[in-house]
Amino acid sequence: MMGTGARELREDPAAARPEDAVLIDRIVAEFGRDRTRLMDIVQAVQHRWGRVSAASVRAIAQSLGIHAVEVEDMVSFYSFFSRERKGRFHVRLSKTPVSLMKGAAKVAQAFAAASGAAIGTASPDGEFTIEWTSDIGMADQEPSALINGTVVTALSPSDARSIIAALRAAPADVDPPVFRAPDPRVAALPQARVASHIMKAGPIIFQRRRRGDGVRAALGLSPESIIQEIIKAKLRGRGGAGFPTGLKWKFCRKSPGQQHYLICNADEGEPGTFKDRVLLTEAPDVVFDGMTIAANALGAQSGLVYLRGEYAYLWKTLQTVLENRRRLGLLGSNICGCEGFDFDVRIQLGAGAYVCGEESALIESLEGKRGAPRDRPPFPTERGYLQQPTAVDNVESFACVARIMENGSDWFASFGTRESTGTKLLSVSGDCAHPGIYEVPFGITVNELLDQVGAADAEFVQMAGPSGQCVAPKDFGRRIAYEDLATGGSVMVFGPGRDVLEVASLFTEFFIHESCGWCAPCRVGTTLLGRGLDKILKHRGTLEDVTALEELANTVTRMSRCGLGQTAANPILTTMRNFPQVYEARLLPYQFVPAVTLEEALAVAVKVQGREPVDETEPV
Amino acid sequence: MSDARISLTVDGTQIQALEGQSVIQACDAAGVYVPRLCYHPDLPPAGHCRVCSCRINGRINSACVTPVSQGMVVENDTPALNSDRRVIIEMLFVEGYHLCPTCEKSGDCELQALGYRLGMAAPTLPYLWPQRELDATHPEIVLDRNRCILCSRCIRASRYEDGKSVFGFEGRGIHMRLTVDGSALGDTAMAAADKAAHVCPVGCILIKRTGFRTPSGHHRFDKAPIGSDIEAVRSVPKT
Repeated sequence: MMGTGARELREDPAAARPEDAVLIDRIVAEFGRDRTRLMDIVQAVQHRWGRVSAASVRAIAQSLGIHAVEVEDMVSFYSFFSRERKGRFHVRLSKTPVSLMKGAAKVAQAFAAASGAAIGTASPDGEFTIEWTSDIGMADQEPSALINGTVVTALSPSDARSIIAALRAAPADVDPPVFRAPDPRVAALPQARVASHIMKAGPIIFQRRRRGDGVRAALGLSPESIIQEIIKAKLRGRGGAGFPTGLKWKFCRKSPGQQHYLICNADEGEPGTFKDRVLLTEAPDVVFDGMTIAANALGAQSGLVYLRGEYAYLWKTLQTVLENRRRLGLLGSNICGCEGFDFDVRIQLGAGAYVCGEESALIESLEGKRGAPRDRPPFPTERGYLQQPTAVDNVESFACVARIMENGSDWFASFGTRESTGTKLLSVSGDCAHPGIYEVPFGITVNELLDQVGAADAEFVQMAGPSGQCVAPKDFGRRIAYEDLATGGSVMVFGPGRDVLEVASLFTEFFIHESCGWCAPCRVGTTLLGRGLDKILKHRGTLEDVTALEELANTVTRMSRCGLGQTAANPILTTMRNFPQVYEARLLPYQFVPAVTLEEALAVAVKVQGREPVDETEPV
Repeated sequence: MSDARISLTVDGTQIQALEGQSVIQACDAAGVYVPRLCYHPDLPPAGHCRVCSCRINGRINSACVTPVSQGMVVENDTPALNSDRRVIIEMLFVEGYHLCPTCEKSGDCELQALGYRLGMAAPTLPYLWPQRELDATHPEIVLDRNRCILCSRCIRASRYEDGKSVFGFEGRGIHMRLTVDGSALGDTAMAAADKAAHVCPVGCILIKRTGFRTPSGHHRFDKAPIGSDIEAVRSVPKT
């Protein structure tokens, strides 16, 4: 009986039923009728009704006292919010070069066949929706998927069949589960396991220390001295951009504001990277130690962790860690008995948008808006979250901060190179014997790394994800460091027989999907790059097409507004530079070849008329 | 904005600006035309089109969102920048449906005028043939999304000038569209007298029953290229 009630409630008809409007109003009230909490509000609605209908959008807007168009603007931006109702079980398969190498296409077909849902649609019985999604941060255990938000990994086609059977047999309906709690039917699956795969624990990040050690060590220092230590350690941002952390904090600290905010960027979306996932699983306390130290240095009372929606399964454990820290006096008021040292952390869940890893887009998202990056200046350190001075740092950077406080800046700087001190967590995946996490000192060569991971026969390496570069064997002697091959942690290895251009094409598709659309060069440019590359892939390109594609790629790089657009052409540009022969092999020796064939051009007419053109070159 | 004087260099010529001005405002005041599309002098800048991108102190950024600073060095009218700008204009042409000969905005259209000014002979990029909705539900206004270039002028005008928030975006990336605060434009608080009805740079938002009143040859850009009005007030000699 409860089941039927719940089902009716979850129908969420086009015209908002009064009782639904009341429920939505209750959700909005739960988040303090605060417009900046729109992410949480919409997530709660999506969770309860399985979609965010036009009626829900209006109801949310009404409860918040804003225009429906503002809510729609935000809701329609994120991949994890849907206007239409999805199947009772929503399967989102990770689509990346690595997942496809590991057989994701066959797994997808098996899901489709077993569920009766064509890929991209819902099954006729409304039970399943099978879709592709961007990399979900499981490159070490592909093929993987999200089912109702829960991660399932290392899938085979037979897994797909057994999962569909098990879910079909699961209770017809359950009460709408508590917001952010995993669907128990999916969580019970044997495949619902995420392994950490720490293959090499280095001297810094994964050393065992007592929780809070770094925080206590920093208590004896003035905020300025903490920042000075970080500057002395030469810590650079671990997200990939490599901006000096201490300098960022110095700017932030001296910016005037009512409050200073601290944000931990856990929107680990660069395909191929999963080190923040492992760090937050295996050593969350060291990350929160680092945040608390930063709060001390910046005088921040509020910290936010922006956790990518794909990692929602970590939500509950992280909340427990935070609870424990509050209990132990490591968070909350008078931290470590130090009067006036107040700091607490809130976790904000993302909703499937790669661009939100860009710090200003992340801030927009935190404020309950579409994740469109901001123009700079002003920088977040001057006017960030809620227009206040804000420092945004990567998960791993905070872990480094804690270690620097525990062991000193000289110790930290004794690892790595002169320009890139310390160690780096690398997420290694693809054609290698031992995929997983490697903590290595900066300065290690690609060759040395490939030996460690068991990939002696690597033919190319995608360093730093799609926005990084495709490295050829001639460059395997180069060093992984900010001054040579910079990476936020993604290392995808490709062995014999892999096609550089197919990989570049998948990455270009990724950028098309993840472009926020705000600026014209990236919004239109990424799609046009895809068209251009596609023509070459289909063996219809000429030398002129390659030249035109390169020019277009350079324009997109130069003119785009943020880092996404400025790097979206990298898969094409770096493969052109490092693998020209792969392009040449596909070119036709003509001046001009049209992008479409006659058959393709006539396809619509053939369909409408229901008759095929006669080929006059062949005898009838 | 204070009265503090700032001097900066644009294409080698020194110009004066006021503290708090953007590069594009300073250039406008000095009679230097920076090609632009989404920027509108009455609205806060949004940085969508990137057509006003200049090389500012060595880095490319939009002039509409970059505040001036003392000693700033701006490159504006260079072959490289104009070439990139032209590519963006082409992108906007192929992204939607811009059939100038039948568009009542022809001659008054900033996209078309920029195409001419930047020397776009014909699009060299493939057309994307999108599916877009035309909304004629409003008694006085027609909204033809086929011509929308997602510049957000109407969004900003409605929000900040009209206080209505009639317009917004929906979707992301290449699927981004202009949407309205209601099931259709006729459902909204939009009025023909709104600022939002009169800032569209292209033929997307049109007032009904006023089309084709101006004969060909008498439109704004039939007589002089876009930007001529700004250049007419040029206070320093062109070098």
